[in-house]
Amino acid sequence: MGILEIKNVSLQMDGKKILDEVSVDVWEGHIHALVGTNGAGKSTLASVIMGLEGYRDITGDLFFNGERINDLSIDARARKGISFGWQEPARFEGISIESFVSAGMKEKNKKSINAALQQVGLNPDEYLHRSVDTTLSGGERKKVELASIIAMDPPFIMLDEPDSGIDVGTLKKMAEVIKALKKKGTTILLITHSLEVLKLADHAFLMCNGTIIEKATADKIIPYFENNCIPCDHKNEPTTKGVLES
Amino acid sequence: MNADDAVLLSKSAGIEAELLKKNNIAHLFINHDKVVGIHAVPGLEIETTPIKDGLDIQVLLRKQTQVKHPVQMCFGMLPKRGIQRINMDVVIEEHASIDVIAHCTFPNAVDVQHIMNATISIKDHASYSYFERHVHGQKSGITVVPKAKIHLGSHARYQTDFELIKGRVGVIDIDYETTCADYSTLEMNARINATHDDVVKIKEVGHLNGEHAHGVLLSRVAVRDTADASVFSELTASGAYARGHVDCKEIVQDQGTVSAIPVVKVNHPKAHITHEASLGSVDSKQLQTLMARGLSEDQAIDMIIQGLLQ
Repeated sequence: MGILEIKNVSLQMDGKKILDEVSVDVWEGHIHALVGTNGAGKSTLASVIMGLEGYRDITGDLFFNGERINDLSIDARARKGISFGWQEPARFEGISIESFVSAGMKEKNKKSINAALQQVGLNPDEYLHRSVDTTLSGGERKKVELASIIAMDPPFIMLDEPDSGIDVGTLKKMAEVIKALKKKGTTILLITHSLEVLKLADHAFLMCNGTIIEKATADKIIPYFENNCIPCDHKNEPTTKGVLES
Repeated sequence: MNADDAVLLSKSAGIEAELLKKNNIAHLFINHDKVVGIHAVPGLEIETTPIKDGLDIQVLLRKQTQVKHPVQMCFGMLPKRGIQRINMDVVIEEHASIDVIAHCTFPNAVDVQHIMNATISIKDHASYSYFERHVHGQKSGITVVPKAKIHLGSHARYQTDFELIKGRVGVIDIDYETTCADYSTLEMNARINATHDDVVKIKEVGHLNGEHAHGVLLSRVAVRDTADASVFSELTASGAYARGHVDCKEIVQDQGTVSAIPVVKVNHPKAHITHEASLGSVDSKQLQTLMARGLSEDQAIDMIIQGLLQ
């Protein structure tokens, strides 16, 4: 049994099936990757898991730590331990990094806020009082997003395209943080189409056209994804499942 | 001078009493139509003349004077009812510089009008910043009508920040108009939190007449319950290389209503003005980001609004 179980989840939007009978188990303490090309449904599935607006009218079941969470609000899911880092995080006028990072902490204390910032490579003296607004670069904003999640100390973290819009150095720091989180037992789901990110994962779910077409260890998925999905030679329309065996 | 009233006003406005004992910090405290505390520093002259329900006030900052510490002003009314009229004539002479923090407090207002008419002349290379913080009570019986005509000389700088985020707004009707000469810089900011049946009217007009004049008009208003806010922002660039920006954000909750009328005019081919406006509900992505940190919807909205009004 996984910490997160997704059973036969489907989602239609504007009459179009975006997710089609998706079923996966996410195992506690492991790094998973949800991998696929643009439009495969990866971010949609993450949004469904988090319960975001517009992604709640699903069929199928979501279980977190054995509890059905379909009917829980975003904040209720967060309080259960599900967290989500956006591909392009929101900017907040007038909200300091200190306030933002501490927003989800059960017990707010400066030491933990500083530690979370330091873990993502941000100097608290320099960043605590800056605003989470457009004065931050894309990379800085991504780091602040990750710091805010670290500060929550959740058991399960989803990161949507953690490498998008960041430089090589920042990606390395992100990778270090992700490995450190795994080491302390955090379960991680990376949503990605990047081989670099995929290589961080223990397990991978290959997604195409709204469905999971393969589940395997990441080292098995990587060569298939590299050879068949970059570029995608079947226009995101898989004709068969079990591609690794084909 | 009525020391007791000065203490009551400073307490109501949240001013540290110690500040008023310092010789190097100028202050002017007014309760209703009476001066209850006044102190100037070298180069700064403050004169007051009683009028019906208020005071005429002349403020003169002599050439080259740099006032080191912000001047503390307090315009308040401790009585529950009445009218307070303040006519201010401010002249900041050449190469002089001053910051003013004005505390406007009406803690007991049941039926109070605060009417401010100001003319402000900031001469060449002079700088004047005016931070006006209103602290109102929880009753709505206050009407605030601040009007100002401001002229900036060459290379002059003017910044005004109007803040009303504590207590009920009641009715507020701001009307500021500024003309800017060559290389001058104008910044007008307003941040207001309206609830219940509060009414907010903001009219800010800037004329960037001189070459290289710069101006920003910024307003941030949060509206809840059945409150109403309307913002009229007009910025005109007539000088070569004049640059301006109008930025209005209004968040609406409950049955509140908002409107914004931005007017941007450019009368010179080498001038440039930009405009940005956002009216309506709290941004969905911001809201969901904070909810994904475990905050309830109400907590998340509060945090976003507090940030906007910071």
